[in-house]
Amino acid sequence: MSDKALIKVTDLKKHYNGGEVKALDGVNCEIEKGEVVVVIGPSGSGKSTFLRSLNLLEIPTKGTIIFNGTDITAPKTNINKHRQKMGMVFQHFNLFPNMTVLKNMTCAPVSILGKSKEEAEKRALELLDRVGLKDRADAYPSQLSGGQKQRVAIVRALCMEPEVMLFDEPTSALDPEMVGEVLDVMKELASEGMTMVVVTHEMGFAKEVASRVIFMDEGIIQEDGTPDEIFGNPKCERLKSFLGKILV
Amino acid sequence: MRFIIADILAFIAEFKRIMIDGDRYMLVLDGLKNTFIITFGALAIGVVIGIVVAAIRTSFDKNKEAMKLRRGVGYYILLVLNAISKFYLTVTRGTPVVVQLMICYFIVFAAADDGVPVAIFAFGFNSGAYVAEIFRAGIMSVDNGQFEAGRSLGFNYFQTMRFIVIPQMFKAVLPTLCNEFIALLKETSVAGYVGVIDLTKAGNTIGGRTFSYFIPLITVAVIYLVLVIILSFFVNRLERRLRKSER
Repeated sequence: MSDKALIKVTDLKKHYNGGEVKALDGVNCEIEKGEVVVVIGPSGSGKSTFLRSLNLLEIPTKGTIIFNGTDITAPKTNINKHRQKMGMVFQHFNLFPNMTVLKNMTCAPVSILGKSKEEAEKRALELLDRVGLKDRADAYPSQLSGGQKQRVAIVRALCMEPEVMLFDEPTSALDPEMVGEVLDVMKELASEGMTMVVVTHEMGFAKEVASRVIFMDEGIIQEDGTPDEIFGNPKCERLKSFLGKILV
Repeated sequence: MRFIIADILAFIAEFKRIMIDGDRYMLVLDGLKNTFIITFGALAIGVVIGIVVAAIRTSFDKNKEAMKLRRGVGYYILLVLNAISKFYLTVTRGTPVVVQLMICYFIVFAAADDGVPVAIFAFGFNSGAYVAEIFRAGIMSVDNGQFEAGRSLGFNYFQTMRFIVIPQMFKAVLPTLCNEFIALLKETSVAGYVGVIDLTKAGNTIGGRTFSYFIPLITVAVIYLVLVIILSFFVNRLERRLRKSER
């Protein structure tokens, strides 16, 4: 229960059909500043729901989420303010197809943060340069490859200067040869000290980059530990059989 | 060959006798003017009603879960507005436009002596239901991921709609909206029921005065057809251009 916790989740539940389906069934977890938390688990285990609950894209049925000392699940909280501080990257990129790459990145900082167009574009171009896409600033999303789209989606979220980045299976929709370029960007981000919560099936990434790995199944956290503990010395049976299936 | 020429000359003479003599073509022009006024007026009203109703329906569908959990007054307001919208859609789409027009003219606005404003209102009210469903379909056709991406960046519901969803929706519905416009143009031909001299009524009137219906009604039909062909041409071009900018 340290004060350093950036996000503190208590007894988070998400039920559908009046409790018939329990996507999340009491998740407790703390995420500290600078941590890279990788969430793994079989499909249907609730890991995406958990991630999407953190910025209230899924409204929890029960439980609290404290972000930066504020209970964002309280009815009076202005969730839009907090979402600005939580960047999110989706499996299917969700770039705005009717806007250029640059416009995708600048529309939120300009209309929400009130940045000037020049300022926002300068920052956007810096970020694009870092992910090697400066020359594609005027392209439309449909002209980019999957890997390029996801890199743009990452820097689009970074344009809002978030305190934490949420990744929802960022490489699952990519061709295998494009996975590396996206993971490289994420590694760089992690090395700069960005707080990250990543739902992924990339066990290599989890081993190499994560400071903590959470294994979820049946809507709860089954095991929580360092990558060495989770992959080297799994305790619960479910995790053992999960790892047995995916680590050949 | 000679016979054909003679036939054509005879037709021209007949056309002149029925349409030009007594300046009867003026009736057609006046009717055309009224048809245009009613169509454009009704479209304007229909688009306004359509935007409002579509906004209520989609925001209710999208936010009801979240608003229910937060138990605000907003939820109940939206609930009532949504019920009113659904009732409006059911009644408007479930009854013939001629009946609605006559109810407006003879009952609701019984004091009005000019049928044109009443017709504009009635057709607008009717068209609004169809436009609302066009807009709603358009909003729903935009991938939910777009909406989530907007919200995750910190846009509120209305900003997400305004900056991200509506621009994409507009592109999707423009051709359908133009088709509704074409349908509306033809629908206004029943305005004669409430004493408005529109294009159709003008043809009918000339037929009655000259005891010859063939030429006036064919003329009216040709005018409608030409208008629709011109409009369709622009709709097709628009559709192609929109598709191109998709890349």
